Amino acid sequence: MKRSTLIILKSLTWIACLWLAARLAWGAVTNNLGPDPTAEIAFSTGLATLYLLTITLAITPLRRLFPRLNWLIEFRRLLGLFAFFYATLHMLTYVALYSGFSLAAMESDIAKRRFITMGVAAYLLLVPLALTSTTWAIRKLGGKNWNWLHRLIYVAVICGVIHYWWQVKPGVLTPITITVIVAGLLLARPVIRFAQRPRRAEAPAQAGD
Amino acid sequence: MIIAKQSDIPSSEITSRDDYFRYLSRRKFLKGAAAAGAATAAAARLAPFVSPRGVFAGTKLPTVPSPLTTTGEQLTTFEDITHYNNFYEFGVDKSDPAKNAGGLPTRPWTVSVEGLVTKPLTFDIDALLKLRPLEERVYRHRCVEAWSMVIPWVGYSLSEFIKECQPLSTAKYVQFLSYYDRHVEKWAGESTIFWPYSEGLRMDEAMNPLALLTFGLYGETLPNQDGAPVRVVLPWKYGFKSAKSIVKVRFVAKQPPTTWNDMAPQEYGFYSNVNPNVDHPRWSQKTERRIGLAFYAQRRATLMFNGYTDQVASLYTGMNLGKYY
Repeated sequence: MKRSTLIILKSLTWIACLWLAARLAWGAVTNNLGPDPTAEIAFSTGLATLYLLTITLAITPLRRLFPRLNWLIEFRRLLGLFAFFYATLHMLTYVALYSGFSLAAMESDIAKRRFITMGVAAYLLLVPLALTSTTWAIRKLGGKNWNWLHRLIYVAVICGVIHYWWQVKPGVLTPITITVIVAGLLLARPVIRFAQRPRRAEAPAQAGD
Repeated sequence: MIIAKQSDIPSSEITSRDDYFRYLSRRKFLKGAAAAGAATAAAARLAPFVSPRGVFAGTKLPTVPSPLTTTGEQLTTFEDITHYNNFYEFGVDKSDPAKNAGGLPTRPWTVSVEGLVTKPLTFDIDALLKLRPLEERVYRHRCVEAWSMVIPWVGYSLSEFIKECQPLSTAKYVQFLSYYDRHVEKWAGESTIFWPYSEGLRMDEAMNPLALLTFGLYGETLPNQDGAPVRVVLPWKYGFKSAKSIVKVRFVAKQPPTTWNDMAPQEYGFYSNVNPNVDHPRWSQKTERRIGLAFYAQRRATLMFNGYTDQVASLYTGMNLGKYY
């Protein structure tokens, strides 16, 4: 694709990704985030993290199924880092607004509330991925190591989905949609790899093969 | 829809303009200063004709002040009280009940009384409204999810109603069953809860003067999403104990099954008294978020029994509140 098209698409992606943060910032300052602004900030940033991670997970399956979409790879790092951005906001909301910066409160939470333990785990898994997202890091690690490390994204997104299930009340089914989508995207990889596995020719060469 | 007879509402009861502005929350409607100016002028002109809830006006209820009202708290706005609700029969999002509860049929409405009583009774809602003078009682409302409000309810002590029911001495508990109709409450399947909603109290808890048989808020009949036309309010307990839209009251000898205790007994106990020292398994109960405030001002310490220790602590002397949560 043309470089100018790429620049336009990337700019639009930046705007789309920053939109929520801008809306939250404006709403926080004008007290326009609904009756429970703290919960609203936590929920929006948490969902944004999950949705952005899901989009990054969709890129490889899409590229394998539709080689014309190869250019999507240019967006994976951008979207992944925005997912980390919102994960960080989500984590800061917990530290500042839920815990009031109290270390004792946070220690108690992480030890006793499993959904928070899971959330912390998911966040910590994203940190090395964010730190090694630069071209320099890819070069230093080498493609093989870098790919191995970045498979942690599968663990991180699963932790994120479990964090969501453990946060809602027993009996509430709201996380089901994202769960199905993430499960589908994780299963898509082995399925596509199997479907596209190299096969030996079973008949004499066929035209166009 | 509640249809009031003209004779029931003297013109002196029409909401004054000052009251209207006190109740009206502008946050949702007004986006900028210019809009604020225009809307304020328009609202001022409309005030005599429109109640806080806009087109779907409830009936004004005549109230007397109550010595049991809570003082020293800033009231949560009518807008927030009626648009931030847990009423899962109408959907699990906080904004769902306001959107979906319009179909709740509040007339005709009866509350049937059965179980260990002298004889089974049926009360019509309009008879219940006249049983005792309606008091305005401001109460703190603390949800188990760690948010809280301050609500000016309208009602009278549940104990007055219970006296009318004439329970036998063998009745140790009272159970409340809420309205359930899957055709009206089409969103009930969004959760795996078994309906109808059931709640209950020990008899001495139910007879405590603080327990309120509730018919209204902000001086008007309850909006559907807040549990119309009649509910209980138990301000010293987590909000889910305050069952909404009650159709049946049963007096029983043993502790009755209650919905959230059935769903997750490790999370929701029968008593569920507000207690900062007893954590919910998934979060601490030491602090809460006051609804309606700016994000940096919401967080505050949770009070034992939601601040009603003087009135209710004696119900639980000697009881291990960590065990009986």
